[in-house]
Amino acid sequence: MEVLFRNVRELVERANEENKLISEIMIEQEIMITDRSREDIMAQMDRNLTVMEEAVEKGLAGVHSTSGLTGGDAVLLQTYMKKGNTLTGELLLDAVSKAVATNEVNAAMGTICATPTAGSAGVVPGTLFAVKNKLNPTREQMIRYLFTSGAFGFVVANNASISGAEGGCQAEVGSASGMAAAAIVEMAGGSPAQCAEAFAITLKNMLGLVCDPVAGLVEVPCVKRNAMGAANSLVAADMALAGVTSRIPCDEVIDAMYRIGQAMPNTLKETGQGGLAATPTGRWLEAKIFGGAVVGSGN
Amino acid sequence: MKFKSVFDIIGPIMIGPSSSHTAGAARIGRVARDLFGKQPTWAKIHLYGSFAETYKGHGTDKAIIGGLLDYDTFDERIKTAFEDAELAGLTYEFIPETAHTEHPNTTRIVIGDENREMSMVGISIGGGKTEITELNGFPLRLSGELSAILVVHEDRSGCIANVANCLAKYDINIGHMEVSRREKGNMALMVIEIDQNVNEQILKEISNLPNITQVTRIAD
Repeated sequence: MEVLFRNVRELVERANEENKLISEIMIEQEIMITDRSREDIMAQMDRNLTVMEEAVEKGLAGVHSTSGLTGGDAVLLQTYMKKGNTLTGELLLDAVSKAVATNEVNAAMGTICATPTAGSAGVVPGTLFAVKNKLNPTREQMIRYLFTSGAFGFVVANNASISGAEGGCQAEVGSASGMAAAAIVEMAGGSPAQCAEAFAITLKNMLGLVCDPVAGLVEVPCVKRNAMGAANSLVAADMALAGVTSRIPCDEVIDAMYRIGQAMPNTLKETGQGGLAATPTGRWLEAKIFGGAVVGSGN
Repeated sequence: MKFKSVFDIIGPIMIGPSSSHTAGAARIGRVARDLFGKQPTWAKIHLYGSFAETYKGHGTDKAIIGGLLDYDTFDERIKTAFEDAELAGLTYEFIPETAHTEHPNTTRIVIGDENREMSMVGISIGGGKTEITELNGFPLRLSGELSAILVVHEDRSGCIANVANCLAKYDINIGHMEVSRREKGNMALMVIEIDQNVNEQILKEISNLPNITQVTRIAD
C-alpha cells in the first residue's frame, strides 16, 4: 500500500517540503487511500467530534459506572476549579476534568469515540475542549486537531502498538497523550517539527506504563491515567513550543515503546493479574464486584 | 500496514468500555453472523488470553452476543444483549480457555442452527480493529471491514478462473484475494476482497459454477 508517510520523520519532512500542516498531510493521505472526497472525510471527523463533545457534557453532568468504582470525579474537579483557587491553573485542570469526564462515560458503557482506544479515549478530547477556551479555534481547526492526533496515532499503530494487551498502558494512554501533545502544538501555531518533539517528550515520560486494571475493568486506574496523560501532554506541548527538543528522535521513542511492551510480562498487559489489580485492595474490589468468581465460570 | 485509515485511530464511535474487548468483540460477532448468513440459534464462544481473563469486566461477552444479533459497535442495545438473545431465540455459552494463542485477544466462535454449524476464529488487534484468521478450519486473513466474498470449493483446476471471470463480467474489481486449502485435492477456500458490493444474482451465479460448494459474503 502506498502512503504519504510511514514514520514521524517522513511526516514532518513532507509537511515541511510542501509547507503544509500535519493535519493536511493526514487528510490528503486519507483521500488517497480511501478514494473518498475531502468533504466526506471532514464530515465523518465532524461526527466524531460531536460524539466527543456529547461525552464530555454527559460526564461533566455526572455519571457513575455499574461497578461503582468510578464516576463523579469530573464534577468534583469542575466544582473545585470554580472556587478559583487552584494550584496548577484552570486550563490544565479543565483538560484533566474533561478527560476524566470522557472516561467516566466510557466506564458507564456510554457512547464515546475511541482515540486511539476506548480506555484512552479521554486525553485527546479532554485537552481539545480545554485548549479551545484559550485559543478560540474554528470548527475546522478543531476537526484538524483530530487529524493531527490521528497522523501520529497512525504511525504508532502501524510501527508499534496501540493495544494494552500487546504493549501495556504506554501503548494506549501513552500514545493518546503523545497524539494530544502534537495536536495542541499545531493548534497553538507550532511547527510540524515541534509537534514531533511534543509527542516524543510525552511518550518518553510514559514509557513502561503497565496495563493493570482492577477486576479487568476499564476504570481503575484507567480514568486517572487519562487525567495525568492530559496533564502530561499539555506540559510537553508547552515545552516543545518553548523550543525544548527530545535528544532521542520521535520514531526511536516509538520503537522503544514497542520493545518495552514486548518485554513486559503478560500479568501487566490487560489480564487483570498483576500490578494494581493484584494488590489486596484490588483483589478485594474484584471479589466484591464479581462475588468472588471472576474467571473461569462461563455463563 | 494493519491500520490504513485515520478513522482506525480516531474512531470507532462505540459503546464503552474497551475498543479491543468491547467494540472489536462486537465486530467479530457481527462478521460471524454475516458469514453464517443468518442469526444462529446457538453459540459456543471460546475465549483466549486477555479475552478469557477480563471478558466480564469489559462486556466482551455482551458485545459478541450483540454482534451475533447484528448490532454495530455504537448500538446501545449491546448493554441488553443477553436479554435480547433470549427473546431472539439464541442460546449461548462462554468457555474461557487457558491455551496460549498467538494474539492475546482471540476468540473461537462456533455457531449454528438445526441444519448446520460454522466455526470461526477472530482476533481484536487494538482500537476496535479486528481480523478473522480461520474459518471452518481454513486459515485466512480478513479484516471484516471491506466487502468480501468467501467461496468454499473443490480443490480443482479452473475454479479460481471461473469465479474471477464471473466477477469480471459484472465489472467487480478484486482488491485482494487469497486461496487456502486444508489438504491437496480436497476442499479449498477463496477469500476475495472486492471494491463493490455484490448482489444476490452474482452470488447465485457463482454458486452454480462447477465444483463450488458454498458462497457467502460480507457487506461493506
